[in-house]
Amino acid sequence: MSQPTLVIGNINWFRYASPQAFYPLAGAMIPWFAWAAALLCVAGLYVGFFVAPTDHQQGESYRIIFIHVAAAWMSMFIYLVMAFWAGVGLVFNTRLSGMMATALAPTGALFTFIALWTGALWGKPTWGAWWVWDARLTSELILLFLYFGFMALQAAIDEPRRADRAGAVLALVGVVNIPIIYYSVKWWNTLHQGASVNLTSAPTMAATMLVGMLLMALAAWMYSIAASLHRVRSIILERERSADWLVKYRNTVEL
Amino acid sequence: MLAVLRTVIHRDLLLALRRRADVATVLLFFVIVVSLFPLGIGPEPNLLRAIAPGVIWVAALLSCMLALARLFAADFADGTLEQMLVSPTPLGLIVAGKVAAHWLASGLPLVLIAPVLAIQFDLDQSLLGVLALSLLIGTPVLSLIGAIGAALTLGLRGGGVLLALLVLPLYVPVLIIGAGALDAAAAGQSAQPHFLLLAALLVLAAAFTPWAIAASLRISSE
Repeated sequence: MSQPTLVIGNINWFRYASPQAFYPLAGAMIPWFAWAAALLCVAGLYVGFFVAPTDHQQGESYRIIFIHVAAAWMSMFIYLVMAFWAGVGLVFNTRLSGMMATALAPTGALFTFIALWTGALWGKPTWGAWWVWDARLTSELILLFLYFGFMALQAAIDEPRRADRAGAVLALVGVVNIPIIYYSVKWWNTLHQGASVNLTSAPTMAATMLVGMLLMALAAWMYSIAASLHRVRSIILERERSADWLVKYRNTVEL
Repeated sequence: MLAVLRTVIHRDLLLALRRRADVATVLLFFVIVVSLFPLGIGPEPNLLRAIAPGVIWVAALLSCMLALARLFAADFADGTLEQMLVSPTPLGLIVAGKVAAHWLASGLPLVLIAPVLAIQFDLDQSLLGVLALSLLIGTPVLSLIGAIGAALTLGLRGGGVLLALLVLPLYVPVLIIGAGALDAAAAGQSAQPHFLLLAALLVLAAAFTPWAIAASLRISSE
Protein backbone atom coordinates (compact mmCIF):
# COMPACT_ATOMS: atom_id res chain seq x y z
CA MET A 1 0.00 0.00 0.00
CA SER A 2 1.41 3.38 -0.93
CA GLN A 3 1.74 6.07 1.69
CA PRO A 4 -0.68 9.00 1.46
CA THR A 5 1.14 12.23 0.71
CA LEU A 6 0.39 15.93 0.87
CA VAL A 7 3.29 17.74 -0.73
CA ILE A 8 3.50 21.50 -0.40
CA GLY A 9 6.84 23.19 -1.03
CA ASN A 10 8.93 20.00 -1.20
CA ILE A 11 7.78 18.84 2.23
CA ASN A 12 5.47 15.87 2.67
CA TRP A 13 3.27 17.15 5.48
CA PHE A 14 1.66 13.80 6.18
CA ARG A 15 5.05 12.70 7.42
CA TYR A 16 4.34 14.79 10.51
CA ALA A 17 1.26 12.73 11.27
CA SER A 18 3.60 10.22 12.88
CA PRO A 19 4.59 10.95 16.48
CA GLN A 20 8.16 10.09 15.61
CA ALA A 21 8.44 12.90 13.06
CA PHE A 22 6.26 15.31 14.97
CA TYR A 23 8.06 15.10 18.29
CA PRO A 24 11.22 16.99 17.23
CA LEU A 25 9.20 19.38 15.05
CA ALA A 26 6.98 20.31 17.98
CA GLY A 27 10.04 20.72 20.14
CA ALA A 28 11.52 23.15 17.64
CA MET A 29 8.28 25.13 17.35
CA ILE A 30 7.49 25.54 21.02
CA PRO A 31 10.06 28.30 21.81
CA TRP A 32 8.84 30.41 18.88
CA PHE A 33 5.21 30.26 19.92
CA ALA A 34 6.04 30.68 23.59
CA TRP A 35 8.11 33.81 22.94
CA ALA A 36 5.47 35.18 20.59
CA ALA A 37 2.87 34.58 23.30
CA ALA A 38 4.97 36.36 25.92
CA LEU A 39 5.75 39.37 23.72
CA LEU A 40 2.19 39.74 22.45
CA CYS A 41 0.88 39.43 25.97
CA VAL A 42 3.20 42.17 27.25
CA ALA A 43 2.31 44.40 24.29
CA GLY A 44 -1.41 43.70 24.68
CA LEU A 45 -1.42 44.37 28.40
CA TYR A 46 0.59 47.56 27.90
CA VAL A 47 -1.88 48.83 25.29
CA GLY A 48 -4.76 47.68 27.44
CA PHE A 49 -3.68 49.23 30.70
CA PHE A 50 -1.69 52.31 29.67
CA VAL A 51 -2.67 53.35 26.16
CA ALA A 52 -6.38 52.57 25.85
CA PRO A 53 -8.59 55.38 27.17
CA THR A 54 -10.83 55.07 30.22
CA ASP A 55 -14.36 54.06 29.36
CA HIS A 56 -16.82 56.87 30.03
CA GLN A 57 -19.48 54.49 31.31
CA GLN A 58 -17.59 51.77 33.11
CA GLY A 59 -14.45 53.64 34.18
CA GLU A 60 -11.37 51.50 34.65
CA SER A 61 -13.19 48.27 35.38
CA TYR A 62 -13.82 47.60 31.71
CA ARG A 63 -10.08 46.88 31.27
CA ILE A 64 -10.65 43.28 32.24
CA ILE A 65 -12.08 42.94 28.73
CA PHE A 66 -8.54 42.49 27.46
CA ILE A 67 -8.24 39.19 29.26
CA HIS A 68 -11.88 38.23 29.26
CA VAL A 69 -12.64 38.46 25.56
CA ALA A 70 -9.43 36.74 24.47
CA ALA A 71 -10.13 33.88 26.88
CA ALA A 72 -13.77 33.56 25.80
CA TRP A 73 -12.86 33.45 22.11
CA MET A 74 -10.17 30.89 22.76
CA SER A 75 -12.41 28.71 24.92
CA MET A 76 -14.91 28.24 22.10
CA PHE A 77 -12.36 28.00 19.32
CA ILE A 78 -10.30 25.33 21.09
CA TYR A 79 -13.36 23.13 21.43
CA LEU A 80 -13.83 23.29 17.67
CA VAL A 81 -10.17 22.52 17.03
CA MET A 82 -10.29 19.69 19.55
CA ALA A 83 -13.37 18.21 17.89
CA PHE A 84 -11.70 18.62 14.50
CA TRP A 85 -8.62 16.65 15.53
CA ALA A 86 -10.77 14.10 17.32
CA GLY A 87 -12.78 13.64 14.13
CA VAL A 88 -9.64 13.34 12.02
CA GLY A 89 -8.33 10.74 14.44
CA LEU A 90 -11.56 8.79 14.24
CA VAL A 91 -11.72 8.85 10.44
CA PHE A 92 -8.07 8.36 9.48
CA ASN A 93 -7.08 6.40 12.56
CA THR A 94 -4.02 8.57 13.12
CA ARG A 95 -2.60 8.31 16.59
CA LEU A 96 -1.27 11.84 16.71
CA SER A 97 -4.70 13.40 16.05
CA GLY A 98 -6.13 11.79 19.15
CA MET A 99 -3.15 12.90 21.19
CA MET A 100 -3.63 16.44 19.90
CA ALA A 101 -7.29 16.45 20.96
CA THR A 102 -6.30 15.19 24.40
CA ALA A 103 -3.60 17.84 24.65
CA LEU A 104 -5.97 20.66 23.72
CA ALA A 105 -8.69 19.87 26.26
CA PRO A 106 -6.98 21.21 29.43
CA THR A 107 -5.99 24.45 27.68
CA GLY A 108 -9.57 24.89 26.46
CA ALA A 109 -10.95 24.22 29.94
CA LEU A 110 -8.43 26.69 31.37
CA PHE A 111 -9.56 29.46 29.04
CA THR A 112 -13.22 28.67 29.71
CA PHE A 113 -12.55 28.97 33.40
CA ILE A 114 -10.62 32.22 32.94
CA ALA A 115 -13.46 33.62 30.85
CA LEU A 116 -16.00 32.74 33.55
CA TRP A 117 -13.80 34.02 36.37
CA THR A 118 -12.94 37.33 34.75
CA GLY A 119 -16.57 37.62 33.70
CA ALA A 120 -17.59 37.36 37.35
CA LEU A 121 -14.99 39.95 38.36
CA TRP A 122 -16.25 42.23 35.63
CA GLY A 123 -19.90 41.60 36.40
CA LYS A 124 -19.64 42.69 40.03
CA PRO A 125 -18.77 46.37 39.39
CA THR A 126 -20.85 46.75 36.23
CA TRP A 127 -23.98 44.70 36.89
CA GLY A 128 -23.72 44.53 40.66
CA ALA A 129 -23.69 40.73 40.66
CA TRP A 130 -20.98 38.10 40.35
CA TRP A 131 -23.19 35.95 38.26
CA VAL A 132 -26.30 36.51 36.20
CA TRP A 133 -28.03 33.81 34.20
CA ASP A 134 -27.24 35.52 30.98
CA ALA A 135 -27.29 33.34 27.89
CA ARG A 136 -23.59 33.74 27.22
CA LEU A 137 -22.54 33.04 30.77
CA THR A 138 -24.75 29.99 30.94
CA SER A 139 -23.58 28.51 27.68
CA GLU A 140 -19.96 29.19 28.64
CA LEU A 141 -20.59 27.31 31.88
CA ILE A 142 -22.03 24.38 29.95
CA LEU A 143 -18.99 24.49 27.67
CA LEU A 144 -16.83 24.08 30.77
CA PHE A 145 -18.91 21.04 31.72
CA LEU A 146 -18.39 19.61 28.23
CA TYR A 147 -14.62 20.01 28.60
CA PHE A 148 -14.73 18.34 32.00
CA GLY A 149 -16.80 15.50 30.59
CA PHE A 150 -14.28 14.96 27.80
CA MET A 151 -11.35 14.97 30.20
CA ALA A 152 -13.09 12.76 32.75
CA LEU A 153 -14.01 10.19 30.10
CA GLN A 154 -10.46 10.02 28.81
CA ALA A 155 -9.08 9.81 32.32
CA ALA A 156 -11.36 6.87 33.12
CA ILE A 157 -10.09 4.77 30.21
CA ASP A 158 -6.70 3.15 30.66
CA GLU A 159 -6.20 2.01 27.11
CA PRO A 160 -5.05 5.14 25.21
CA ARG A 161 -6.46 4.22 21.81
CA ARG A 162 -9.88 3.54 23.25
CA ALA A 163 -9.66 6.78 25.23
CA ASP A 164 -8.90 8.67 22.02
CA ARG A 165 -11.80 7.23 20.13
CA ALA A 166 -14.34 7.42 22.95
CA GLY A 167 -13.32 11.03 23.53
CA ALA A 168 -13.65 11.69 19.82
CA VAL A 169 -17.27 10.51 19.74
CA LEU A 170 -18.05 12.65 22.77
CA ALA A 171 -16.33 15.72 21.33
CA LEU A 172 -18.21 15.37 18.06
CA VAL A 173 -21.55 14.90 19.80
CA GLY A 174 -20.69 17.98 21.86
CA VAL A 175 -19.84 20.04 18.83
CA VAL A 176 -23.17 19.21 17.23
CA ASN A 177 -24.88 20.17 20.46
CA ILE A 178 -23.12 23.47 21.04
CA PRO A 179 -25.30 25.54 18.69
CA ILE A 180 -28.44 23.83 20.01
CA ILE A 181 -27.38 24.52 23.58
CA TYR A 182 -26.47 28.10 22.77
CA TYR A 183 -29.78 28.92 21.11
CA SER A 184 -31.89 27.12 23.67
CA VAL A 185 -30.13 28.96 26.49
CA LYS A 186 -30.46 32.27 24.70
CA TRP A 187 -34.11 31.64 24.14
CA TRP A 188 -34.67 30.48 27.69
CA ASN A 189 -33.02 33.62 28.97
CA THR A 190 -35.17 36.00 26.98
CA LEU A 191 -38.22 34.01 27.96
CA HIS A 192 -37.51 34.17 31.66
CA GLN A 193 -36.01 37.45 32.61
CA GLY A 194 -35.95 39.66 29.58
CA ALA A 195 -32.84 41.35 28.31
CA SER A 196 -31.96 43.19 31.49
CA VAL A 197 -28.30 42.64 30.86
CA ASN A 198 -27.01 42.97 27.39
CA LEU A 199 -23.44 42.36 26.43
CA THR A 200 -23.83 43.28 22.80
CA SER A 201 -24.93 46.86 23.22
CA ALA A 202 -21.47 48.09 24.15
CA PRO A 203 -20.65 51.47 22.63
CA THR A 204 -18.36 51.49 19.64
CA MET A 205 -14.85 50.87 20.72
CA ALA A 206 -11.85 53.16 20.60
CA ALA A 207 -9.26 51.91 18.12
CA THR A 208 -6.65 51.39 20.83
CA MET A 209 -9.05 49.19 22.78
CA LEU A 210 -9.56 47.05 19.73
CA VAL A 211 -5.80 46.82 19.15
CA GLY A 212 -5.26 45.78 22.74
CA MET A 213 -7.94 43.15 22.48
CA LEU A 214 -6.59 41.75 19.24
CA LEU A 215 -3.05 41.62 20.65
CA MET A 216 -4.33 39.70 23.65
CA ALA A 217 -6.32 37.37 21.42
CA LEU A 218 -3.19 36.64 19.39
CA ALA A 219 -1.26 36.08 22.59
CA ALA A 220 -3.90 33.59 23.68
CA TRP A 221 -3.55 31.82 20.34
CA MET A 222 0.21 31.58 20.62
CA TYR A 223 0.00 30.43 24.22
CA SER A 224 -2.55 27.76 23.32
CA ILE A 225 -0.37 26.45 20.51
CA ALA A 226 2.75 26.40 22.66
CA ALA A 227 0.99 24.80 25.63
CA SER A 228 -0.76 22.12 23.61
CA LEU A 229 2.39 21.30 21.65
CA HIS A 230 4.23 20.92 24.92
CA ARG A 231 1.49 18.72 26.27
CA VAL A 232 1.35 16.62 23.13
CA ARG A 233 5.09 16.00 23.46
CA SER A 234 4.54 14.76 26.99
CA ILE A 235 1.75 12.50 25.78
CA ILE A 236 4.01 11.13 23.02
CA LEU A 237 6.74 10.44 25.56
CA GLU A 238 4.28 8.67 27.81
CA ARG A 239 2.61 6.54 25.17
CA GLU A 240 5.64 5.71 23.05
CA ARG A 241 8.08 5.23 25.89
CA SER A 242 9.02 1.76 24.74
CA ALA A 243 9.14 2.58 21.02
CA ASP A 244 12.42 2.07 19.21
CA TRP A 245 12.66 5.54 17.78
CA LEU A 246 12.25 7.16 21.17
CA VAL A 247 14.99 5.07 22.73
CA LYS A 248 17.30 6.02 19.88
CA TYR A 249 16.21 9.65 20.03
CA ARG A 250 16.91 9.71 23.73
CA ASN A 251 20.45 8.57 23.10
CA THR A 252 21.16 11.31 20.57
CA VAL A 253 19.40 14.29 22.13
CA GLU A 254 19.25 15.52 25.70
CA LEU A 255 15.57 15.42 26.68
CA MET B 1 -34.57 -6.11 9.39
CA LEU B 2 -37.74 -4.88 11.01
CA ALA B 3 -38.20 -8.38 12.37
CA VAL B 4 -34.88 -7.97 14.19
CA LEU B 5 -36.02 -4.63 15.54
CA ARG B 6 -39.24 -6.17 16.80
CA THR B 7 -37.38 -9.09 18.36
CA VAL B 8 -34.95 -6.81 20.17
CA ILE B 9 -37.75 -4.66 21.57
CA HIS B 10 -39.75 -7.72 22.56
CA ARG B 11 -36.77 -9.35 24.25
CA ASP B 12 -35.78 -6.24 26.20
CA LEU B 13 -39.34 -5.59 27.31
CA LEU B 14 -39.62 -9.20 28.42
CA LEU B 15 -36.40 -8.82 30.40
CA ALA B 16 -37.73 -5.64 31.98
CA LEU B 17 -40.94 -7.43 32.85
CA ARG B 18 -39.01 -10.23 34.55
CA ARG B 19 -37.05 -7.73 36.59
CA ARG B 20 -39.86 -5.46 37.61
CA ALA B 21 -37.97 -4.18 40.63
CA ASP B 22 -35.50 -2.38 38.35
CA VAL B 23 -38.28 -0.45 36.69
CA ALA B 24 -39.88 0.33 40.02
CA THR B 25 -36.61 1.66 41.47
CA VAL B 26 -36.34 4.33 38.81
CA LEU B 27 -39.94 5.30 39.27
CA LEU B 28 -39.58 5.47 43.04
CA PHE B 29 -36.47 7.58 42.69
CA PHE B 30 -38.43 10.00 40.57
CA VAL B 31 -41.27 10.20 43.10
CA ILE B 32 -38.93 10.63 46.05
CA VAL B 33 -36.78 13.33 44.43
CA VAL B 34 -39.84 15.33 43.44
CA SER B 35 -41.29 14.96 46.93
CA LEU B 36 -38.09 16.21 48.55
CA PHE B 37 -38.39 19.68 47.04
CA PRO B 38 -41.43 20.86 49.01
CA LEU B 39 -39.71 19.55 52.15
CA GLY B 40 -36.61 21.56 51.39
CA ILE B 41 -38.28 24.70 50.10
CA GLY B 42 -41.40 24.91 52.25
CA PRO B 43 -45.08 24.29 51.58
CA GLU B 44 -45.93 27.72 50.18
CA PRO B 45 -48.42 26.91 47.34
CA ASN B 46 -47.57 29.78 45.01
CA LEU B 47 -43.87 29.02 45.14
CA LEU B 48 -44.47 25.31 44.60
CA ARG B 49 -46.71 26.04 41.66
CA ALA B 50 -43.99 28.18 40.13
CA ILE B 51 -41.19 25.64 40.54
CA ALA B 52 -43.22 22.53 39.68
CA PRO B 53 -42.31 22.34 35.96
CA GLY B 54 -38.61 22.74 36.63
CA VAL B 55 -38.56 20.33 39.54
CA ILE B 56 -40.46 17.61 37.72
CA TRP B 57 -38.36 18.00 34.60
CA VAL B 58 -35.06 17.94 36.47
CA ALA B 59 -36.19 14.89 38.44
CA ALA B 60 -37.20 13.18 35.18
CA LEU B 61 -33.78 14.01 33.76
CA LEU B 62 -32.01 12.44 36.73
CA SER B 63 -34.24 9.35 36.70
CA CYS B 64 -33.64 8.80 33.00
CA MET B 65 -29.94 9.11 33.58
CA LEU B 66 -29.96 6.62 36.45
CA ALA B 67 -31.82 4.09 34.34
CA LEU B 68 -29.25 4.41 31.55
CA ALA B 69 -26.49 2.66 33.44
CA ARG B 70 -28.37 -0.61 32.94
CA LEU B 71 -29.02 -0.13 29.24
CA PHE B 72 -26.09 -2.17 27.93
CA ALA B 73 -24.52 -3.47 31.14
CA ALA B 74 -26.24 -6.87 31.27
CA ASP B 75 -25.72 -7.58 27.55
CA PHE B 76 -22.10 -6.53 27.91
CA ALA B 77 -21.56 -8.81 30.88
CA ASP B 78 -23.09 -11.96 29.40
CA GLY B 79 -21.70 -11.58 25.87
CA THR B 80 -25.00 -10.82 24.13
CA LEU B 81 -23.60 -7.50 23.07
CA GLU B 82 -20.77 -9.15 21.18
CA GLN B 83 -23.28 -11.23 19.26
CA MET B 84 -25.10 -8.04 18.36
CA LEU B 85 -21.85 -6.48 17.18
CA VAL B 86 -21.10 -9.35 14.81
CA SER B 87 -24.68 -9.68 13.60
CA PRO B 88 -25.31 -8.91 9.92
CA THR B 89 -28.15 -6.56 10.90
CA PRO B 90 -26.95 -2.95 11.12
CA LEU B 91 -25.94 -2.26 14.69
CA GLY B 92 -27.70 1.09 14.59
CA LEU B 93 -31.01 -0.66 14.13
CA ILE B 94 -30.48 -3.09 17.00
CA VAL B 95 -29.41 -0.21 19.19
CA ALA B 96 -32.51 1.77 18.21
CA GLY B 97 -34.61 -1.19 19.30
CA LYS B 98 -32.81 -1.42 22.61
CA VAL B 99 -33.26 2.29 23.30
CA ALA B 100 -36.94 2.10 22.34
CA ALA B 101 -37.51 -0.78 24.74
CA HIS B 102 -35.54 1.01 27.42
CA TRP B 103 -37.69 4.10 27.03
CA LEU B 104 -40.89 2.05 27.15
CA ALA B 105 -39.73 0.43 30.38
CA SER B 106 -38.24 3.45 32.16
CA GLY B 107 -39.34 6.62 30.36
CA LEU B 108 -43.01 5.97 29.75
CA PRO B 109 -43.81 5.24 33.43
CA LEU B 110 -42.31 8.64 34.31
CA VAL B 111 -44.60 10.32 31.80
CA LEU B 112 -47.61 8.54 33.27
CA ILE B 113 -46.87 9.31 36.89
CA ALA B 114 -45.70 12.90 36.42
CA PRO B 115 -49.22 14.44 36.34
CA VAL B 116 -49.96 12.82 39.70
CA LEU B 117 -46.86 14.42 41.18
CA ALA B 118 -47.80 17.72 39.58
CA ILE B 119 -51.06 17.67 41.54
CA GLN B 120 -48.95 17.55 44.71
CA PHE B 121 -47.50 20.87 43.58
CA ASP B 122 -50.99 22.23 42.97
CA LEU B 123 -50.22 22.69 39.29
CA ASP B 124 -53.22 23.99 37.37
CA GLN B 125 -55.28 21.12 35.93
CA SER B 126 -55.09 22.48 32.42
CA LEU B 127 -51.31 22.18 32.59
CA LEU B 128 -51.25 18.48 33.42
CA GLY B 129 -51.78 17.53 29.81
CA VAL B 130 -49.02 19.88 28.69
CA LEU B 131 -46.66 18.37 31.26
CA ALA B 132 -47.41 14.82 30.16
CA LEU B 133 -47.10 15.70 26.49
CA SER B 134 -43.80 17.57 26.94
CA LEU B 135 -42.38 14.61 28.85
CA LEU B 136 -43.77 12.20 26.27
CA ILE B 137 -41.84 13.93 23.48
CA GLY B 138 -38.84 14.87 25.60
CA THR B 139 -37.92 11.70 27.47
CA PRO B 140 -37.18 9.64 24.32
CA VAL B 141 -34.62 12.31 23.41
CA LEU B 142 -33.07 11.86 26.84
CA SER B 143 -32.88 8.10 26.32
CA LEU B 144 -31.32 8.48 22.87
CA ILE B 145 -28.67 11.02 23.88
CA GLY B 146 -28.02 9.23 27.14
CA ALA B 147 -27.45 5.94 25.35
CA ILE B 148 -24.33 7.45 23.73
CA GLY B 149 -22.97 8.14 27.19
CA ALA B 150 -23.97 4.68 28.40
CA ALA B 151 -22.19 3.09 25.45
CA LEU B 152 -19.04 5.16 25.96
CA THR B 153 -18.79 4.42 29.68
CA LEU B 154 -19.47 0.70 29.29
CA GLY B 155 -17.28 -1.27 31.65
CA LEU B 156 -15.42 1.76 32.99
CA ARG B 157 -14.73 2.33 36.65
CA GLY B 158 -16.91 5.01 38.17
CA GLY B 159 -19.32 4.51 35.29
CA GLY B 160 -22.40 5.99 36.93
CA VAL B 161 -20.98 9.32 38.02
CA LEU B 162 -18.98 9.63 34.83
CA LEU B 163 -22.14 9.05 32.83
CA ALA B 164 -23.79 11.97 34.64
CA LEU B 165 -20.89 14.23 33.80
CA LEU B 166 -21.01 13.30 30.12
CA VAL B 167 -24.73 13.30 29.61
CA LEU B 168 -26.24 16.05 31.77
CA PRO B 169 -24.71 19.00 29.84
CA LEU B 170 -26.13 17.53 26.65
CA TYR B 171 -29.58 17.36 28.27
CA VAL B 172 -29.76 21.12 28.70
CA PRO B 173 -31.74 21.96 25.55
CA VAL B 174 -34.38 19.31 26.27
CA LEU B 175 -34.76 20.57 29.83
CA ILE B 176 -35.09 24.19 28.74
CA ILE B 177 -37.61 23.53 26.02
CA GLY B 178 -39.57 20.94 27.99
CA ALA B 179 -39.95 23.02 31.12
CA GLY B 180 -40.44 26.08 28.91
CA ALA B 181 -43.55 24.51 27.41
CA LEU B 182 -45.19 24.55 30.84
CA ASP B 183 -44.07 28.08 31.60
CA ALA B 184 -45.50 29.27 28.31
CA ALA B 185 -48.79 27.47 28.93
CA ALA B 186 -48.95 28.81 32.49
CA ALA B 187 -48.44 32.33 31.13
CA GLY B 188 -51.42 31.84 28.84
CA GLN B 189 -49.39 31.43 25.67
CA SER B 190 -49.48 28.52 23.30
CA ALA B 191 -47.09 25.70 24.15
CA GLN B 192 -47.08 24.55 20.56
CA PRO B 193 -43.72 26.10 19.55
CA HIS B 194 -42.10 24.21 22.42
CA PHE B 195 -43.70 20.97 21.36
CA LEU B 196 -42.56 21.49 17.80
CA LEU B 197 -39.00 22.20 18.94
CA LEU B 198 -39.00 19.14 21.18
CA ALA B 199 -40.33 17.08 18.30
CA ALA B 200 -37.56 18.47 16.09
CA LEU B 201 -34.99 17.42 18.68
CA LEU B 202 -36.59 13.99 18.81
CA VAL B 203 -36.44 13.58 15.04
CA LEU B 204 -32.81 14.72 14.97
CA ALA B 205 -31.86 12.44 17.83
CA ALA B 206 -33.74 9.46 16.41
CA ALA B 207 -32.02 9.89 13.05
CA PHE B 208 -28.45 10.37 14.22
CA THR B 209 -27.87 9.01 17.70
CA PRO B 210 -28.31 5.29 16.86
CA TRP B 211 -25.21 5.51 14.66
CA ALA B 212 -23.27 7.39 17.31
CA ILE B 213 -24.36 4.81 19.88
CA ALA B 214 -23.33 1.99 17.55
CA ALA B 215 -19.90 3.60 17.00
CA SER B 216 -19.48 4.05 20.76
CA LEU B 217 -20.37 0.42 21.42
CA ARG B 218 -17.79 -0.74 18.92
CA ILE B 219 -15.16 1.43 20.58
CA SER B 220 -16.08 0.20 24.04
CA SER B 221 -16.08 -3.48 23.21
CA GLU B 222 -12.81 -3.68 21.30
